[in-house]
Amino acid sequence: MSTESLNPTAEPSRWTKIWNSNMGYSFRKNPVAVVSMIIFLMIAVAAFFAPLIAPYDPYDPASIDIMNSEYPPFWVDGSLPDFSLGTDDQGRDLWSTILYGTRLSLLIGVCAVALQAFLGISIGLIAGYVGGRLDSLLMRLADIQLSFSTLMVAIIFLAVTQAMFGSETFNQYAVFFLIAVIGVAEWPQYARTVRATVLAEKKKEYVDSARVLGFGPGRIMVRHILPNSLSPIFVISTVQVANAIISEASLSFLGLGMPPSQPSLGSLISSGFDYIFSGSWWITVIPGVILVVLVLVINLLGDWMRDVLNPKLYKG
Amino acid sequence: MFAYLVKRVFQAIAVMFVISLIGFAIQGNLGDPLRELVGQSVSEETRQQLRDELGLNDSFMTQYLRFAGNALQGDLGTSYFFKEPALDVILKKLPATLELVMGATLIIVGLSVPLGVYTAIKPDTILSRLIMGLSIVGISIPVFLTAIMMIFVFSVHYGWFPSFGRGDVVHVWGYWETNFLTADGWMHIILPSFALASIMLPLFIRLIRSEMMEVLQSEYVKFAKAKGINPRRIYFLHALKNTLLPVITVGGVQIGTMVAYTILTETVFQWPGMGFMFLEAVNRVDTPLIVAYLIVVGFIFVVTNTIVDLIYGLVNPTVNIARMGA
Amino acid sequence: MSLLSVRDLTVKFAMRENTVTALNGISFDVAKGERLGIVGESGAGKSITGFALMNLLSRPGFIDSGQIMFEGEDVVGMNDKQLRGMRGNRMAMIFQDPMVTLNPVLTIGQQMIETLMAHRKLSREEARQIAIVKLREVYIPSPEDRLDQYPHELSGGMRQRIIIAIALLLDPQLIIADEPTTALDVTIQADIMELLLELCQSNQVGLILITHDLGVVSQMTERTLVMYAGRIIESGRTREIINDPQHPYTQGLINALPQQTLPGQRLKQIPGNMPSLTNIPPGCPFNPRCEYATDLCRSRIPEISHFGEVEVACHEVQRLQSNDARQEAKA
Repeated sequence: MSTESLNPTAEPSRWTKIWNSNMGYSFRKNPVAVVSMIIFLMIAVAAFFAPLIAPYDPYDPASIDIMNSEYPPFWVDGSLPDFSLGTDDQGRDLWSTILYGTRLSLLIGVCAVALQAFLGISIGLIAGYVGGRLDSLLMRLADIQLSFSTLMVAIIFLAVTQAMFGSETFNQYAVFFLIAVIGVAEWPQYARTVRATVLAEKKKEYVDSARVLGFGPGRIMVRHILPNSLSPIFVISTVQVANAIISEASLSFLGLGMPPSQPSLGSLISSGFDYIFSGSWWITVIPGVILVVLVLVINLLGDWMRDVLNPKLYKG
Repeated sequence: MFAYLVKRVFQAIAVMFVISLIGFAIQGNLGDPLRELVGQSVSEETRQQLRDELGLNDSFMTQYLRFAGNALQGDLGTSYFFKEPALDVILKKLPATLELVMGATLIIVGLSVPLGVYTAIKPDTILSRLIMGLSIVGISIPVFLTAIMMIFVFSVHYGWFPSFGRGDVVHVWGYWETNFLTADGWMHIILPSFALASIMLPLFIRLIRSEMMEVLQSEYVKFAKAKGINPRRIYFLHALKNTLLPVITVGGVQIGTMVAYTILTETVFQWPGMGFMFLEAVNRVDTPLIVAYLIVVGFIFVVTNTIVDLIYGLVNPTVNIARMGA
Repeated sequence: MSLLSVRDLTVKFAMRENTVTALNGISFDVAKGERLGIVGESGAGKSITGFALMNLLSRPGFIDSGQIMFEGEDVVGMNDKQLRGMRGNRMAMIFQDPMVTLNPVLTIGQQMIETLMAHRKLSREEARQIAIVKLREVYIPSPEDRLDQYPHELSGGMRQRIIIAIALLLDPQLIIADEPTTALDVTIQADIMELLLELCQSNQVGLILITHDLGVVSQMTERTLVMYAGRIIESGRTREIINDPQHPYTQGLINALPQQTLPGQRLKQIPGNMPSLTNIPPGCPFNPRCEYATDLCRSRIPEISHFGEVEVACHEVQRLQSNDARQEAKA
């Protein structure tokens, strides 16, 4: 989110230009990108307006009747007209629960990536601009952070937190824990890329002239250097949102994320898994399909963007 | 070579030190060992006495040194649940996890290199497009979901493969029981291995393809063609050797992720390995076992990373191993 | 019979929506042991010519039409196996930048021996001995040790010598050298050129030297082609072309040489830039930059005409010549 709010203020004319020429053109020419974008927008809008669209409120215990549990979706025999996609093991309307769950998954994914971007861009700018000891120290930290897998760090952190606070308290703040742990663990991606651009741009004349004109380092970085690293930041962000959604789902599946009372797509799949052998496949399969489609269209958009913008990404 | 090794080992020790600190901090803050030992019905006086005896009133430094000293001697505490040394519990589960990782690694290495090279050499064929299309679907499905879908399709629906456990295993040596010596063992390990490989495989196919395509554009590949060298030699020696350098680096970074994926895979398939055990330990707040897992996994991670670095140094002639120690 | 005979060679690049012509029907010959220079600004199609002769154009470039007769065989019609048999064996190439031409993960020995073994039935040891001999010929000190080294352990000049040695490994009939010294230090450039000249002369090897440097051409070659926007605009004996250029473009190139300028005077640059391949002007491609251009120049592409010792593609060459004569008469 922070990237999106930064760029129009940084250099609006540049962005409208890019949008109208290259990017817009290649977007219109690429059916995969168009279809992915449409599907993504549909999911995003449906998730955003979940409270208006959903026929039931899955968070309201009063509206849930355990007697309604495990009704199949409408195309299967034995379904109820009240529940178009059937119900889950607790008797919640699956369609409503999925809408709310998608909203949570997207929210956590986007917020976590915004946190990553904020940390990574700040650290990258500072490391690249200040240079010297601080730079090598920060980059060494980035190497170490990167070699510890995010998911592994998250699992251990969340497991210990849960054991320490007890599930009750943990469940209450699960959203924040998830955003924090996924957000903090992946900053090196951004930091390395931004630092590389800073190092490349620092040598150029306009930065010198800005300095001669008496602009402070903060202004030079945000207004002059940052716009040049926007395309890699965009490409990274897309892929990172997809990864963050997968991480969140995986953590919730392990019981280290969103609780069943307030399920994200991952925890919904998890709670349905127990019923897959007894034939109630839809509790797992339908949210699973939504999750895959959501991540897939984001990845496809990321691929398309990488082809168009073709930024120099940091390898490794 | 020697200086490089020393430097790598020193780094590894530093990382292990940090991991042990984290482990110790968890040990001290998670759960009450006294309650696990004697229960609630003991007077405050006896409690204090016990605390003294157990050394729980010692300074932080003394306690940490005792913890680290014990850990170095292989004593990582006693599991509350199993009433056994935590290290023993883990070592018993280790072979199952390692065999699963071996299976997945075989799948990843065996398939990603030929498929990645093929899609780089012939990017426009229908097969290449299919592989690339499937690979982006592949990286979009979380490991646990792949595992669930595999169970749903191949176990529940078709009944071709068993859905959980290791099946018939053969005792080999020490704690080691293997899946690879019985037909039933093979049937049990196939689905989990593929599930564990399911995200890494497309990731590596895509990585090898893009690196290979870049290398094929290089001047030295053109020069090799201008020398009249056989294309097979150009692809599999000149190009692949250069392609593998960044792939090895990424492979090293992915080791930690692989461990995390074992937790997911083992949970879905109820595979009796370390990952499944860890999650159970978390649910039971079995602190010694959690800490022991952290330290054992950290150790494996550090060792494999050091090995990957050494391999990189051996493959890449521009890394002068003798000089890198300086 | 000439060693190499190129006729109406046209090379195109397949772009997304259309194709772009990079070489437009060029023809020339190289006799056995002859040294030919190809000069022009970057983008004139010099390097593309070099790669086309090897039939080594990489996508999206391709040979559209024409003939490349090399030792009596048409390179354009060769299958992959025949091409492989020719490349590095009878026709060899020296690349521009020695820092990126050798494979960084293979030793010098591996890269030399594989070339020999690709073309001749030799044992590894025999190939090694030949490699050592060739390294001596290019004045590499202690060649036995070099064979086990990796490229990054050697300097740029040393690497280019090794690349020349690789080109000479199988005693080819023709070597194509594409700007072989531009990436090197000025001090080493002359050494490398001298070495190349010596080796070509002593082994009776034909050389096609691609360069933008007229000075180098005059020292190294017997005949010269001047290229502009994918066409040959002037060709002939090097001495004639340097001393008495006919085409206004060639004249401009020579006038721009520092030697043609008095100290303190500005270099006489040709105004404007070479057109990009996607928008070559109608008529003579040089006309927008040519001070003698007429309406004819702006509408029709000039044919190649024999003029004295050289061949020129210019409508106005007659008039220019008489102008020159008149000016000389006045003086």
